[in-house]
Amino acid sequence: MNPLSVVARTVCNLFAWFLAVFGIYVIVHGHLTPGGGFQGGAVVATFMAFLLVAHGGRKMQSWVRKELFTLMECIGLTVFISAGLLGMSNTFFFNFLAKAGGLFGSTVPLGPNPGALNTSGTIALMNLSVGLEVVGGLSMILLYMFSGVHPEEPFGREETGHDR
Amino acid sequence: MKARILFLVSILVVGGLLWSGLQAVHPFGEPNAAPMDDYFIANAQSEAAANNVVTSIVFDYRGFDTLGEGAVLFTAVISVAALFRKRGQH
Repeated sequence: MNPLSVVARTVCNLFAWFLAVFGIYVIVHGHLTPGGGFQGGAVVATFMAFLLVAHGGRKMQSWVRKELFTLMECIGLTVFISAGLLGMSNTFFFNFLAKAGGLFGSTVPLGPNPGALNTSGTIALMNLSVGLEVVGGLSMILLYMFSGVHPEEPFGREETGHDR
Repeated sequence: MKARILFLVSILVVGGLLWSGLQAVHPFGEPNAAPMDDYFIANAQSEAAANNVVTSIVFDYRGFDTLGEGAVLFTAVISVAALFRKRGQH
């Protein structure tokens, strides 16, 4: 995939960061607002797709590495399964962090309330880990699919940048 | 002509079956099995300390289901990596 024109790249440079910030917001506030790890992770992966389409794959591969995304996916899944296993003294996926006082351990008042970030125990932790996993997984799918496109074939040469 | 008649008859039969099935659907907003919904709504804040009841169901009450979703995504990534690997790599 070749880079797009300078107009498309400038617009991408401006607005892709809002996309990334919004995706991270959806992940971090997954236990308070609609959305969560899967949705926010997909939004952040869309940020990666923006960069890939606008700047071309060669530049993208010089910025990020597949090993980083592999690591993100593995860490996300491991944290998720360990958070499920650590509550095993009660049941699998028992919410052992909720109302315990420490990390994500605050209690919430009953009834409608504005909500606080440090609540809901393993739910917030699992949101973060699933978000990490989805970002890594979808970005890795994008990068692998790019590396499957062979630039030496005529199909890959049809659309070229306007300013080169 | 024969095919068209057959087509019309099959549309009428399938449409009639779907319509008669729609008559038995409970009205919108009135679930059939309300006690479980009421339990989640009443106890999500006190049990899981979660304001967002949907997230408390997805990640706490039915966390096993979300584990399966994560496994599905992991499998998809592995399949794409296996499909798009470079030639000559084994």
